[in-house]
Amino acid sequence: MTEVAYIDRPSRALYFYAILYLGFLYIPVLFLPMFSFNDNIYIAFPLKGFTTKWYVEMFNNQPMWAALNNSLNVACVSAAIATLLGLLGAKAVTRYRIPGEKPIIFVIMLPMVVPYIIMGVALLILITRLGFDLSLYTVTMAHVLISVPFAMATLIARFEGFDQALEEASVDLGASPLSTFWRVTLPLVFPGVLASFLLCFTISFDEFIMAYFLAGTDPTLPIFIWSQLRFPFRLPGVLALGSLILVVSFVVVFISQWLRRYRVEKTQPGI
Amino acid sequence: MTSNNDFVSLTDVSKHFGSVVAVDHLSFTISSGEFFSLLGPSGCGKTTLLRMLAGFESPTTGEIYIDGAPMSEVPPHHRPTNMVFQNYAIFPHLNVRANLAYGLRYDKIEKAEVGRRVEEALEMVKLPGFGNRRSNELSGGERQRVALARALIKRPKVLLLDEPLGALDKKLREEMQLELRALQESVGITFIFVTHDQEEALSLSTRIAVMTRGKALQVASPKDLYNHPVSVEVADFIGQMNFVEAQVMDVRNGEAVLDTTGLGKITAPASSDFVQKGANIIVAIRPEKLILSAERRSDGLGAVQGTIKTSAYLGDRDHFYVSVDGCEKPFAVAIAETGANSDQSLDRQSIVWLSWADESLILLPRD
Repeated sequence: MTEVAYIDRPSRALYFYAILYLGFLYIPVLFLPMFSFNDNIYIAFPLKGFTTKWYVEMFNNQPMWAALNNSLNVACVSAAIATLLGLLGAKAVTRYRIPGEKPIIFVIMLPMVVPYIIMGVALLILITRLGFDLSLYTVTMAHVLISVPFAMATLIARFEGFDQALEEASVDLGASPLSTFWRVTLPLVFPGVLASFLLCFTISFDEFIMAYFLAGTDPTLPIFIWSQLRFPFRLPGVLALGSLILVVSFVVVFISQWLRRYRVEKTQPGI
Repeated sequence: MTSNNDFVSLTDVSKHFGSVVAVDHLSFTISSGEFFSLLGPSGCGKTTLLRMLAGFESPTTGEIYIDGAPMSEVPPHHRPTNMVFQNYAIFPHLNVRANLAYGLRYDKIEKAEVGRRVEEALEMVKLPGFGNRRSNELSGGERQRVALARALIKRPKVLLLDEPLGALDKKLREEMQLELRALQESVGITFIFVTHDQEEALSLSTRIAVMTRGKALQVASPKDLYNHPVSVEVADFIGQMNFVEAQVMDVRNGEAVLDTTGLGKITAPASSDFVQKGANIIVAIRPEKLILSAERRSDGLGAVQGTIKTSAYLGDRDHFYVSVDGCEKPFAVAIAETGANSDQSLDRQSIVWLSWADESLILLPRD
């Protein structure tokens, strides 16, 4: 007799595998903060000593702050536009009978599988032929293009997850379709909107290839970091920046999970 | 009932989905204040019809009138109807009070009046003090009441109910049926109720439309449906029924002489046109109208001999299945569990007599 159900019985081998897997995932990443505090310009063992000078150097690095600012702007704007387009698109394909719906979805989803380098070259040719200057706007446009499929996928799942009768109930009670969207649809898909925004933000924030082709004189952060790698003495500063980004993303994920759990607990007592 | 006996009126209403005909040229009227049921198996078009009344679907042909006004150009949010949805569709992001007040915003009602009406509605559905709860903090029955209150608070001309009791367990369902009927009588609003449960329809409705394949087979009061079905299909759908094939030998003075397979030569009251000499018809009789006895009764009732095949104990009554020579299916006989008929041994394989009064026979056309 055992107290644990058969399906829940632990397995030693799986524990071992899980630890191995987590190590494989995170140990390389942990090198980043470790070397960022190492008092040596070369990224190599043995560690020489503790220092925070790379962080000081990073804080005084004006071009880096400019690049970070560019990336945040591009990521926020492209994520907002992609999420808005995704929201409208997801509403359309889940709520209306559209002729040629399947091919339309296919075309919208296509950028997910087309290599970015191909799209980057194609957009570069198109934009220069049309006579536009390369700038952060062109990067933003490109990032919208590659983010929309992800926004659509996230939001379609959310739309399909809620009972369409809720929208009908709203209209039945006297709300116009527009009013229904604001008072019922949007509040119910809002977690999806948030998830889509964060996903698109991340996609844009670390996207390199398209930004490399399409950025003009203002680099985004990935391009700036790439340019710094040519100068060995700049590398520790990049590591310091990388470590900070790690910490910030960890805090953001932690807070969002905590908020989500808090809301679930608050709204579902006894479950 | 009321002077306004065509309060809701359907004229030649059809709905096609591609090549599928969901509702097929329906025409009937519903009086003001009626509790009207659309009864039929799933896929018979009853929900589609209800959705057309609400405005979620538009008829392919025909027109729906509510209180004299044609509805085809009126969008759902401007119709004088409100609906109780099958799964209640309580807004999960709002509490009960906000759910109830949701639709009042569009009726341009003052804030104080909204609060008063919400409390009144909660009182009406016996949920006072539930205003701050959310839908996931409510039981099935409570959700049902909230959905009802949310629709009724709008004071619609017609309340549409889409199998609202289907998700409840049997005991709760019976309680809610009684409450629903009492509520309907007190508010006086016309209810149109969709159900596939014939007992529910019979016990609640003032009138019922029996539907299959998009057509209304019969529109009548529960009593008329039960006692005077117009077709084998209706008779079979409403309650239990025994059927016998017959040929009309003669019709005289409103009496038909019939040659039946199994019951032999019998007479029955004939009032319908289809009962004509030589016609092949169906004779139907309810299980509770058949009388079971060990010896042939001497009171001159029609009678036939048979063998008890099996029986079922249903608490308030027993069902016996009696096979008769020449009949494919055994006859179902219902006997109330009062002890009145239990003086004889009614074991399996015992030979018994089935008797009936001529007036209890129902003559139906062959489909």
